[in-house]
Amino acid sequence: MIRVVLPYHLRRLANVGNEVQVEVQGQVTQRSVLNALEVQYPMLCGTIRDHVTQQRRPFLRFFACQEDLSHESPDEPLPEAVVTGKEPLLIVGAIAGG
Amino acid sequence: MSGVRVLVGTKKGAFILSSDGKRDKWEVNGPLFTGWEVYHMKGSQADPNRIYASQTSGWFGQVIQRSSDGGKTWETPGGGMTQSPQGWPAGESNKFVYDVSPETGKPLTTHQWYDGTQHPWEFKRVWHLEPSLNDADTVYAGVEDAALFKSKDGGRTWQELSGLRGHGTGPKWQPGAGGMCLHTVLLDPSNPNRIYIAISAAGAFRTDDGGKTWKPINKGLHSQYIPDPNAEIGHCVHHVALNPKRPNVLFMQKHWDVMRSNNGGDSWTEISGNLPTDFGFVIDVHAHELETIYVVPIKSDSEHFVHEGKLRVYRSKTGGNEWEPLTKGLPQSNCFVNVLRDAMAVDSLDNCGVYFGTTGGQVYCSADAGDSWNPIVRDLPSVLSVEVQTLP
Repeated sequence: MIRVVLPYHLRRLANVGNEVQVEVQGQVTQRSVLNALEVQYPMLCGTIRDHVTQQRRPFLRFFACQEDLSHESPDEPLPEAVVTGKEPLLIVGAIAGG
Repeated sequence: MSGVRVLVGTKKGAFILSSDGKRDKWEVNGPLFTGWEVYHMKGSQADPNRIYASQTSGWFGQVIQRSSDGGKTWETPGGGMTQSPQGWPAGESNKFVYDVSPETGKPLTTHQWYDGTQHPWEFKRVWHLEPSLNDADTVYAGVEDAALFKSKDGGRTWQELSGLRGHGTGPKWQPGAGGMCLHTVLLDPSNPNRIYIAISAAGAFRTDDGGKTWKPINKGLHSQYIPDPNAEIGHCVHHVALNPKRPNVLFMQKHWDVMRSNNGGDSWTEISGNLPTDFGFVIDVHAHELETIYVVPIKSDSEHFVHEGKLRVYRSKTGGNEWEPLTKGLPQSNCFVNVLRDAMAVDSLDNCGVYFGTTGGQVYCSADAGDSWNPIVRDLPSVLSVEVQTLP
């Protein structure tokens, strides 16, 4: 199972805790994880990536294993630690503080 | 005994305020959709238990929420998933996509930007939800960048009424300070094919064929801040209101100027009269007295707060021009709040109730048509919208 940590607003929208688990068939990439996430939580469609272009929304970023994956290809395999469930994929609001 | 349900959208969630017909004791429920901006909530006249809400965020985009039990529980109406040809799931409920299809879409891809250059249409949020008068599953959405969408399946899927953007003047539309928003949608109860809408800063438009074709209805508007003050389009209309019993008479709060039309928007005359300032956002009409209207004058377009530090609703019982300040129960010193364009509503009880919300988080109610006011709540997040349902 792939672990995904959601930002507060999306946890509230999906009515989940701060971490969810999704099952991914085939290669584990940003795209396949987000596909699985949106199947499990349809209300998240359009909130992380654009409905039509499937591009990451501009004020969101993706991290895992202390690396910024935001600008990686959505079809690039995610780190092995994410694949094995040792580390989560973090979806984070892009502006800190405030 | 009949009652009212006041639907309040704020910058950090939504609230539902309920009372019986006396409107002196209130139950406050919320916040709903905590932490999100709720631009607008509105109940269906066909089924008062059906309420739609626009939940929006600069980070996470647009979500439509729907309640079928008067606001006790909510759902995102997209529900189940379908598989797109590309293989990824295709959620629908929050999907607002401009129509560019060769059959109905227009090759209209830009509007005027702040600097006068052309800029592509980009969906940002839903400003206003207007349920159909006779079908709880049909609802219209006015959006930024300005367009009108319609759902016939309770908010699950949305289709643009693209004749509005495509009617010809779109490239001249430009954003106001709050963005290029379609903020007003008025359905004519006497003619299901007639809809009025208003856009900042393009002006007011009308369709007489259910949304297929549209025409600007801005004759008589005069705006000194645009190159041609009497242009067909480009006016920053802030809000338009009508009384359903006389839908051909429209009242408008423009950026500056309060206006009136007696012919469905074909022409307008100014009715600002003795107002201390004719800048403002809200305007509404008494539920039973067709010539009684309400505005809240705001100091200026540079100073978005009430005039002289006094929160005053102005009422005209003569359809405009002659206005009286309504102050009883409202703060008359050191008050510097604004009342945004969708933040006033009237109920239809025998003694018409008037409601408005402020950027300071107060929601006021008058159970006597404006003669006196009481705060229902004082310390909500900044209020974006107020609607009221009159319940049997």
